[in-house]
Amino acid sequence: MNLLEKLDAAAAVRKSLLPDGVGAFGIPIEEVYSATEARIGDRRVLLLGTNNYLGLTFSPECIQAAHEALDTEGTGTTGSRMANGSYSGHRALEQEFANFYECCTGIVFTTGYQANLGTISGLVGRGDTVLIDSDSHASIYDGCILSGAEIIRFRHNDMIDMEKRLRRLGDRTTTTLIIVEGIYSMLGDQAPLAEIVQLKNKYNCTLLLDEAHSLGVLGETGQGLVEKTGLLKEIDFITGTFSKSLCSIGGFCVSNHPQLDQLRYISHPYIFTASPSPATIASTRAALKLLRNGSNLRKQLWKNCTQLYTHLNTVGYRLGPEPGPVIAAILDNPRQALQLWHGLLEHNIYVNLILPPAAPDGKSLVRCSVNAAHTNEQIAHVGATFEKLYQQFLVA
Amino acid sequence: MTECNYDEIMQLLCDRLSTLTSSETAITADTNLISELSIDSIKLLNLIMEIEDSFDISIPINALADVQTVHELASLISRIKSAH
Repeated sequence: MNLLEKLDAAAAVRKSLLPDGVGAFGIPIEEVYSATEARIGDRRVLLLGTNNYLGLTFSPECIQAAHEALDTEGTGTTGSRMANGSYSGHRALEQEFANFYECCTGIVFTTGYQANLGTISGLVGRGDTVLIDSDSHASIYDGCILSGAEIIRFRHNDMIDMEKRLRRLGDRTTTTLIIVEGIYSMLGDQAPLAEIVQLKNKYNCTLLLDEAHSLGVLGETGQGLVEKTGLLKEIDFITGTFSKSLCSIGGFCVSNHPQLDQLRYISHPYIFTASPSPATIASTRAALKLLRNGSNLRKQLWKNCTQLYTHLNTVGYRLGPEPGPVIAAILDNPRQALQLWHGLLEHNIYVNLILPPAAPDGKSLVRCSVNAAHTNEQIAHVGATFEKLYQQFLVA
Repeated sequence: MTECNYDEIMQLLCDRLSTLTSSETAITADTNLISELSIDSIKLLNLIMEIEDSFDISIPINALADVQTVHELASLISRIKSAH
């Protein structure tokens, strides 16, 4: 099979899952009206498939900050952080993230994906080990592969399995990096951080926590799972993204280990790419302020999450183990998931469709992302539509 | 690791693989896991986790990149087991 035939084979698999005319992946959004509504084709849809958890995409403070940066610093930096791409805003945002997490060092990356890629591949290398949750995001898997370290997976959130693997490593645990996530993106469940920290200390490992989905969502000031659990000081490295609660694009790593700063000189995903645009940095800085003071937004977000999770659970949908901004209905097969996804779109509701192998354990998911800007009426409408479609497609 | 252990691993692999594949192909040491047994990556990773428990070992994901046949998987398990 030549290179192009391999792509043809992949296209055939995709076609077998998605009939002609159903463009579930990369569907074009023609116009965006607000944090909760947009136009897809000729439909005005309710957005339930974005990561806009605090609903800040149209925040006047962020938009104004971005406009000012465009006017004063231009559209792009046209260079690497290592060369001409470190503006005062990049450095200021790094300090603001470090302050937010009470850490001595912070680094900003161009995307959240690169934050994991650059941090992991900078911290570990050949001869080291990474111990990762089996439901880890692709950026974690790819960062581990790039590093050349030995990659060992433990069963999702299974602390018995994790300890078994730590025990098998013997004295290699001192060069082992454990990587977990605050909220997992597929089923929306949280890592059992207290038990993980206990094992990390028992086996003398290093711990990296990715707060991509939990930043802005958990904790009084929105730090994430570290704040909810009171374990901030126990975590060696925290990574996260700007593209969810912070409503822009980029990523960060913070740490109380000053050695983190050395990644600026060795981490390819940090060095060999252009730095975030000035407008991106400016809107992120404004959003971080809103996030820190956003306890009312978090209250509304959690009210919405609980309302939708409870409704779907009562209807009979199989869901992830706990409510959160990511609420995934687990379907038996791709066909059922596609029917439900398509049915929701026909009722003017946009959600995410996730088919194997992207979802864990060969599951098919119809995933909702709830945000603080959704009204009670919108959430009730989504719940009622899911209920109607359950009767239509899922009751035997 | 003795030859007997390798045989034991082969036997366990053949037994488990036969329950995972819909293919009628007889499973031998040279059988290709992907092209002949049509075992997808998710099923393979779940099988690996079962095997890890059976032999009390951890198999790094990186090492699986070089595994195509049943023999190669059995050899990898045997090597990791003997290093413990």
